[in-house]
Amino acid sequence: MSLSGQRAGIAAPLTDGVSYAEPSMAGAGDYLALMKPRVMSLVVFTALAGLVVAPGPMHPVLAFFALVCIAVGAGAAGALNMWYDADIDAVMSRTSDRPVPAGRIRPGEALAFGLVLAGFSVVFLGLMINVLAAGLLAFTIFFYGVIYTMWLKRSTPQNIVIGGAAGAFPPMIGWAAATGGIGLESCLLFLIIFFWTPPHFWALSLYRCDDYFRANIPMLPVVSGEAETRRQILLYSLVLAPVGVAPWLLGTAGLVYGCIAMLGGAVMVVLALQLYRAPKGASEPVAKRLFGISIVYLFVLFAALLFERALGLAQFGLPFGRVVA
Amino acid sequence: MSFVMDPQPIEPGIVLTEEQKRRRRSRSIAIAVALFVFVVLIFAVTLVKGPGVLVRPL
Repeated sequence: MSLSGQRAGIAAPLTDGVSYAEPSMAGAGDYLALMKPRVMSLVVFTALAGLVVAPGPMHPVLAFFALVCIAVGAGAAGALNMWYDADIDAVMSRTSDRPVPAGRIRPGEALAFGLVLAGFSVVFLGLMINVLAAGLLAFTIFFYGVIYTMWLKRSTPQNIVIGGAAGAFPPMIGWAAATGGIGLESCLLFLIIFFWTPPHFWALSLYRCDDYFRANIPMLPVVSGEAETRRQILLYSLVLAPVGVAPWLLGTAGLVYGCIAMLGGAVMVVLALQLYRAPKGASEPVAKRLFGISIVYLFVLFAALLFERALGLAQFGLPFGRVVA
Repeated sequence: MSFVMDPQPIEPGIVLTEEQKRRRRSRSIAIAVALFVFVVLIFAVTLVKGPGVLVRPL
């Protein structure tokens, strides 16, 4: 007599054919990929900017430790995202080779890996640095893993607008790690990344529209069409440009930053305008250019903040706000 | 009277392929490195913070 569900006329369980005694095929590189290292590097970079711009000294070892915790927390959020999104990752060409959909790491392993990393990063940031920074990190992981990944991503075209907050928190966490508080300046850094996210991701989704359609994800181009997406990209770029300059106007950053922010903001707006005016069906090259330039824009903006602090140029900020030496 | 039992058939169990062995080794090395870095970090932070390592601001 066979106890097999199929032979007994019962629907086969999802685990049929999968042996849990099968040795893992995951290498260390697969676990690293699970942490989304490219996203992690941007998170670390923006958190470093928040940490450096914050007033008051912080011991380099403690600053490094805080950055490691933030990086691991970001990696945990990435692993939880890949665990939950394995089904849609499998049907998208950009993500089909990720460790979980490719079968190198089992979903349960990815979940456990993400939860352990999240726990460690939050607990040690709280124990060694401060509770506010740890709380913000925990909220960021929760926001990305639950609010964005499990809820918004599959339910609304505003997914990356609201979900973009998760990517905007790292400079605020860095600031909180250094000061134990949340200042206006850290809120400005938050806003820059928050308003940068829609033009960045919608530019990508314009030329990856088929992928999102196949995966049944309600990205703006899929739901509202190309024309509306281009209009929204232009609107967000128009908001992003002045927000990018705000740290200089309010005295948090110096003249070098101010000039770079004005130039970068102008480039973003011009590209968004070109994309808006591009003939229908011919927008892909402009969208790709905007996507690439948007990464450079954010990197240069935060690099300028770090550069100014390193050289002590931040005192040349405009007198609309207090001057931070 | 003999206590010699019939020889049991030797089951091979799970035999790893060379690729699986290579990946397991890479995982083991990664875990070792991560643990080492973790211990060094905690040690360094403890030295920096001194006796009040767990005394922290909000």
